[in-house]
Formats: sequence, structure tokens, C-alpha cells
Amino acid sequence: MRSFLETIAALLFGILIGAVIMALWGRDPWASYAALFQGAWGNARALASTLSRSLPLVLTGLTFAVGVRAGLFNIGAQGQMLVGAVTALSVGLLALPPGIHLALALAFAGIAGMIWALPVALLKLLRGVSEVISTIMLNWVAHWLTLFLVVRKLSDPVRGERTFQVPLSMRFPVIQGELTWALVISLLASLFLYWFLWHHAKGYEIRASGLNPRAAKAAGISVPRSLLWAILLGGVCAAWAGAIQVLGRFPYAITSDLANLGNLGFDGIAVALIGRNHPLGVLAGAFFFGTLATGAARMGLRGIPIDMIQIVQGVIVVSMAAPEAFRMFRLRQRKGEK
Amino acid sequence: MKILLDVLPVALRAMMPIILAAVGEIVSEWSGVVNIGLEGIMTLSAFIAGIGSWATGNPWIGVFAGLVTGALIGLIHGFISVRLRGNQVVSGIGINLLGMGAVGFGAWVLWGAKAPMLDQRFWIPGVFLFGVSLSPFVFITPALVALTWALLSRTALGLRIRAVGENPVAADVVGVKVEGLRLFAVVYGGALAGIAGAFLSLDWLHTVSPTLPAGRGFIALANVVFSKLNPFLALLGGFLFGYFDALAIQLASVAGFGGSVPYQFLRMIPYLVTLAVVSFAIGRARFPAALGQPYRRE
Repeated sequence: MRSFLETIAALLFGILIGAVIMALWGRDPWASYAALFQGAWGNARALASTLSRSLPLVLTGLTFAVGVRAGLFNIGAQGQMLVGAVTALSVGLLALPPGIHLALALAFAGIAGMIWALPVALLKLLRGVSEVISTIMLNWVAHWLTLFLVVRKLSDPVRGERTFQVPLSMRFPVIQGELTWALVISLLASLFLYWFLWHHAKGYEIRASGLNPRAAKAAGISVPRSLLWAILLGGVCAAWAGAIQVLGRFPYAITSDLANLGNLGFDGIAVALIGRNHPLGVLAGAFFFGTLATGAARMGLRGIPIDMIQIVQGVIVVSMAAPEAFRMFRLRQRKGEK
Repeated sequence: MKILLDVLPVALRAMMPIILAAVGEIVSEWSGVVNIGLEGIMTLSAFIAGIGSWATGNPWIGVFAGLVTGALIGLIHGFISVRLRGNQVVSGIGINLLGMGAVGFGAWVLWGAKAPMLDQRFWIPGVFLFGVSLSPFVFITPALVALTWALLSRTALGLRIRAVGENPVAADVVGVKVEGLRLFAVVYGGALAGIAGAFLSLDWLHTVSPTLPAGRGFIALANVVFSKLNPFLALLGGFLFGYFDALAIQLASVAGFGGSVPYQFLRMIPYLVTLAVVSFAIGRARFPAALGQPYRRE
């Protein structure tokens, strides 16, 4: 209960700072936030868009959450997401029957995500390299690699601003508006990881390694193997986030500035923290940031740049680092009452 | 092979931010606090320094503004890490996100562009020596490195900083103020990262953008590992990392070479070199015993 209140407090604090910045800038924060929530939840169409934007965030959120459960700060989702997206897109060069084509794209993307995540585990386990450094370096390498493939190899010959579009046989069918059946991937990944971490021996070993590596080792658990699994599973999730963004959302391609993949990987960090690094909590965190992302487009119409959302996100993450801040505030209030 | 020499002047610039941020972080880590928010500090300081120079017409006021910005973010990170005993890595991640968002937002509000170029009037003027224009940081940075080394190794303050990072309980018992020293060390680290940011926008790249440091904050963290927390080795490491950063930039801009090897692959060089160097250097590094752990008085 206390942790839930702390999370709510961090969310409100982030939103408050956003309001203060808008007020200082001479914009009406109430009207802006009203436009945001109207744009995100106002009607079925808006809600479908919000859910659609939440789906990849669930997956990158899971990457960070599984990492934390194993005692890691895996901030490599961004690079794994990019590699997954471009791999899924490349499978579009083949001609295959519907269904099989989609499944194959997801399989290849997942493998690519694992391959991109593997060096993080190897460097950590064999050379003691902090995953914070190795993941950021690999994110940048992935960025330039993806840019190379998108601009030089996969671009649309007619429309230079994006790659070719994936064939219909590879797209997720539409449920309503922007929402596609990519929904199933995010929900299943979240449910699977919940089951795996809490109801499977290997998942239990991962959590034990994260809570107390020494005790886990003493109990006969292989901590390195747990870390390896947590990093590889995270790689698959992040890669699928990129894949469903390409296979399940307009423009069914990658834009030449990679803008439609954006910061999905980094956004997952805040999503996971809000979800308290629980696979099911991540669903709520993703819905919150999906709301902000969709609503931000509406705020953009009022001349407020989308970066506003990133500020709110940053403030929320910083606040989540120090849950005691809110506890201290409560204590002070109580003292004041006396 | 002439290019390997031609790179040197660029390398002399590219090494500066990686040295400055790393040397500041060395002080912070000796006291027991990790700050992985260097990237965010550099992003925001580069932006505030740009504003400072743009608003006053004096680039050195810009550098000072960058320093103060870095110190203030260091103070926030220190408050969370030391006083609130929060999670240092999460706080650092938040600072990085915040820096990215604040600069994207701020640059758009002020100048209507996400990555505006700074006019030459606002750059730090070069120092002419032997007929070449050198960055004044060629002198400032080694001075700061030497100063930091002296602070850590030759003063009582430095000894205390190392004591609270190694064994905060023992330090507290003998009357050393653990929280105050750690806060000082993190603010010092933030200030140096702030100077590194100001250098990026005012002396080298002449622009501000949400991704201006492009991973250099994390390369600085890698340099800290490489240096084994020795400021002078960080100077050497900074040269190594800076050299490959500059080489990538130079090779990419040389006509012909960019054609045979795609530009995008050249841009990967600094990151791959960093991974390689860190994986070979790390086995020998020894870090303060209480690094990353908050101290709670019993």
C-alpha cells in the first residue's frame, strides 16, 4: 500500500512540475492537461490510439523490470528495440503466406534481440563490465547500424522519408482504429513473465539472485545463469517492442530519421519503475505513458512540444529513486501538527 | 596514414569532455557515490552554457553557467543519494532523461529548433600558439586534473573523502561528517561535468541538442573504470577515448573514405573502442568498498 502511494506521489509530482513549467512559459496548464487527457481518453478512437502506443512500452518496460529482478540495471532496451525493428522489417523482403510470415518476423526479431543482448551478459560475467556502460555503447552501435540499414539498404525507392512498407501478410490485423492484435504479444509477454518469475523454478532463481546473490549462491543457485536469462529474456522483449511498432502500427515501415521508433527503449525504464518492476504493474505503467504520448500529440496542436512529456518522465524517475522523500514529507507534516 | 596525425588537433578537443567528466566522477566515486547522470548533466549544462553566452555575449559567463548547472544537478543527485538514501542508479537514469527532455523543450521554446547552431560570436575564442588555434581547455583541463589529484592525494579533505567511501562507519566514529563530504564530492563531480557540457557547446560542437554528448557521459564513466580512480590515468584514458572519437569524425568527413566504408560504420568506432578498452581494463580496477551504498547512522 505504501509503495503504491509513493508511486502515485511520484506521478503527481512529475505532472505538477510539468504544470509549473507550462505556467512559467505562459501557457495554461489546466487547459493543456485537459487537452492531453481528452486526446488520450476522449473517445473510442483516442483510446484505441492510447492502447496502441502503450503496447511497445509494455515490452521495453518488461526488459528493465526483469533486469531489476535479477539485480541488473539493463538500459539496453533502446538498442535491442532498434535491432528488433529492423530485423522484423527485413523479413518483409521475403514472400510468405500470411500468419507464417508474421510469426517468422517475430521469431527472427526475438533472436536478433537475444544476439544484441548477449555481449552485455558475456562482458558482465566474463570481464566484470557494468551493464550500464555496455548497454549504452551497444545502444549507440545499434543506432548507427539501424540508420545504415534504413537509409542505405531498405529505403523506399519512391519515398525517401521511410523504408519500404512490410507486406500485408506480415502485418498484425486491426482491432479498431490504430489498435492491432499486437496487443496479444504485449499481454502474453507480461503474463508469461509473471508466471515465469513467480511460478517457475528458473524465475524464482532469477529473483533470488537479484535479492541476495550471496544467499542465492549458497543455496546452490547459479547466479551467472540467472543473469544470462534475465538479459536474454529482456533482449527478446525489447526486440519485440521494435517489431510490433513496425508490424502493428502505421506507417508499417521505419522512418528515415528513426522517429517512429523514437525513445521506446528508454521510455520503458520509467514504465517499469512505475509498475514497481512487476510484470503486471508494467501494464499500468505503459498505459500511463501511452496516455501521455497520445495526449502529447494533442498538446502539440496547442504549441507545446512533445519533449514536455520527457521532462515529466524524468522528474518521475528521479522521484522514484528516493521514495523516502515522500515519507520524510509526511513525517514533517505530523511533527507540524503536534 | 597521414590522417592518423591529422586527427590530433580534433583529438585534442574530443578528449576534453571525457577527461573533465571522468575526473569529477572520480572524486564522487572516491566518496562512495556513483553518478551515472553525467550524460544528462552534460546535455543540460551545454544548453544552459549556450544560453549564458548567447544572453551575455561572453562565452566565459556561459562556461560558468554550465558549471553552476552541473553543480546544482549534482546537489540534487547528492541529496537523493546521500540524504534520502535513494537509489543512485535510478536517480542517474532520471537525470539523463530529464536532461534530454529539458533541452529538447527549452531549445524549441527559445529558438524554435531542437538543435540550433550557435553563432561564432558566442564561441570560446581559441588561443594562438605556434600558429595554430588551440582550445583554452588544453591548459584548463590538465590544471583541473592536477588540482583534483592534489585535492584527493595531498589534502586532509581528500583523505576524508576517501575514508567515507571506503568505510563510512569508521569515518563517522572518528568524527568525519559522512553526509557533508559525500555531498561535496558529488557537487564537485557535477560541476566538472557541467564544465564538460559547456565545452561541448561553446568550444567544440557549437550547437545544443537533446543528444549532444552522444554517449560521451557514459564513455567518461568507462574512463573512470579505466583510470582505476586516478585522475592522471583519466587524462591518459581521455586521450585514448578522445582519439578514436576524433578519428571517427575525421574519417567520416574525408571524401573518398566515407564512400568505401559507410559513414554510419565509422560513427560506431568510439563505442566499440570503449567496449573493448573497458573489457580489458576492468579486471584490475578496485573500487571503494562502500561505493553505491547509502550510509545510515545506527
